[in-house]
Amino acid sequence: MSILINKDTRVICQGFTGKQGSFHSEQAIAYGTKMVGGVTPGKGGQTHLELPVFNTVADAARETGAEATMIYVPAPFCADAILEAADAGIKVIVCITEHIPVLDMLKVKAALENSGSYLIGPNCPGIITSGECKIGIMPGAIHQKGRVGIISRSGTLTYEAVHQTTQNGLGQTTCIGIGGDPIQGMNFIDCLELFEQDPETEGVVMVGEIGGNAEELAAEYIKNHFSKPVVSYIAGVTAPAGKRMGHAGAIIAGGKGTADEKFAALQNAGVATVNSPSRLGQKMKELLG
Amino acid sequence: MNLHEHQSKQLFRQFKIPVPDGDAAFDSEQAVAIAKQLGGDSWIIKAQVHAGGRGKAGGVKIVRSESELQQVAADFLGKKLVTHQTDSEGLPISRVLVESLSDIDREIYLGALIDRSSRRIVFMASTEGGMDIEEVAATQPEKILKVQIDPIVGLQGYQTRQIAFGLGLAGDQIKQLAMIMNSLYQIFTRHDVSLIEINPLIVTQQGQLMALDAKVGIDDNALYRQKALVELRDKTQEDARELEADEHGLNYVPLDGNIGCMVNGAGLAMATMDEIKLQGGDPANFLDVGGGTTAEKVAEAFKLILSDDKVKAILVNIFGGIVRCDLIADGIIRAVKEVGVTIPVIVRLEGTNVDQGKALLAQSDVDIISAEDLEDGAKKAVAAIGGQS
Repeated sequence: MSILINKDTRVICQGFTGKQGSFHSEQAIAYGTKMVGGVTPGKGGQTHLELPVFNTVADAARETGAEATMIYVPAPFCADAILEAADAGIKVIVCITEHIPVLDMLKVKAALENSGSYLIGPNCPGIITSGECKIGIMPGAIHQKGRVGIISRSGTLTYEAVHQTTQNGLGQTTCIGIGGDPIQGMNFIDCLELFEQDPETEGVVMVGEIGGNAEELAAEYIKNHFSKPVVSYIAGVTAPAGKRMGHAGAIIAGGKGTADEKFAALQNAGVATVNSPSRLGQKMKELLG
Repeated sequence: MNLHEHQSKQLFRQFKIPVPDGDAAFDSEQAVAIAKQLGGDSWIIKAQVHAGGRGKAGGVKIVRSESELQQVAADFLGKKLVTHQTDSEGLPISRVLVESLSDIDREIYLGALIDRSSRRIVFMASTEGGMDIEEVAATQPEKILKVQIDPIVGLQGYQTRQIAFGLGLAGDQIKQLAMIMNSLYQIFTRHDVSLIEINPLIVTQQGQLMALDAKVGIDDNALYRQKALVELRDKTQEDARELEADEHGLNYVPLDGNIGCMVNGAGLAMATMDEIKLQGGDPANFLDVGGGTTAEKVAEAFKLILSDDKVKAILVNIFGGIVRCDLIADGIIRAVKEVGVTIPVIVRLEGTNVDQGKALLAQSDVDIISAEDLEDGAKKAVAAIGGQS
């Protein structure tokens, strides 16, 4: 078991024939992901990486039975690409692209509310079920099938958590990078709900950062509804207020969204917090034995 | 990207929001010419910088003669203004706004921004106009009125009335406020605004609403479709090093410490700063070199870090994912040589081909201290500067 994707998930790529789309599709195929085709408007009927290319997501979904998509189109066209995937009934939509205008995401979120699709990202490394299905830009080799679920707003910090849980033998079920934008698809709670129901996931590593209140809301959820051990780290204790720290969503605005507030909320909810990302794996090992 | 007050007011005029008569001047003669055109015998002169708190900092003055106006304009222009929102250096004043005076009966706050948790544009208003709204929010949250806008249907009439009655407006002022809120919403959605504020929005003694100040921030990710506004960008108001970093595809924020950091990924870059602090040191910067780390990017990052002469050691923390560690190690060695780095460089590498990467660093003729993990790297960086922070 795992959440959202597994070895049978049929995956397409939007922006398939572009440089990023091609490279990461090759990497996904090499990992064992069941890639079934891709979409590049105007190139329908061609073959790329020995897979069929379609003009529209609707065509691709009908012909291949695709259930998941990874989007590598440039930022100005991402809102359109996400909405096209949702309209075609794609269940898991993973948008890797960074720098999408926030008003685009505001409209996309509103439009997706009753669609039945899960959106992961944008501005994220993607999602991977270890040993089965990789949809994103994460290095596959550091992952190992195992017992821990990982949710993170940051790419390379996700890799840190993955690497440590591989090194200490825990391994991972599914890892989701939810992205660094202020308005995003799935949040911590959406992921936690799925991990709660997944019998193979024994504990969850949650990596947050400054900005917004998603960690505080997750803490409240964990306190009341989550039964498995959670280890958490928040980046940005030393970040100055009012400065955007790389990610569009990583900013302490009006004195709100500090790392200290988030750490306090998580501790109050019984989450095991660590003050260095180097200790995420070790702490989870202590909790799971 | 932020607009100056005079640019924001020009945008307001296009959308029929009442603002005082006035214009921007780049020298004192121009300031006097604007005053002559406005008429009257008193004016207000406002330093144009991208920071709040200008009034308290002496950047806004009422002048009662042309000679006084000329004098104040000459005093302002070319100087730097330090407010509670700037750093201790302040921001350069390259232009001033000269306006007619207004008769103020009341001052209101009106603004709109994107609320992350509700994923909506939210309007905020308060009877406590002219004050720092963050302070009002912290001390008297009940005095802030809010309405959330559904993106499908947009701002509705009842929402403008809710705010108007909440502010104690009456009669024609309710219609005036509705018009202003509708215009703000139009500006917000057509121009990819991230924050728009009128503080204060005044009621004149004649009962007219007017925007006495104007602040507009644009979403940086949407600048590709806001070309007319991009023309208005004033780079003198932005940090020179951050601008240079931006040109090389690097994310850089200067801080006050003495251990420079070079990291791939924003989250890991923040974590590296935090770890240095935890080990008793002080980070000199936030720096994310991004994905696809190349030797050229690494070299630019070293130059940028070294442009801060406080820096006494550099901690490089790279988690090589798609990019192999041996390529990154090679890039670091070349960059250290090319840039001529003379201070201690501590390198922590992890990820694909890490052993080959570490071997390259060990065999090279450059002086690099290798670290096992982030904690070890931060400890070694602090030790390299003698534990002095």
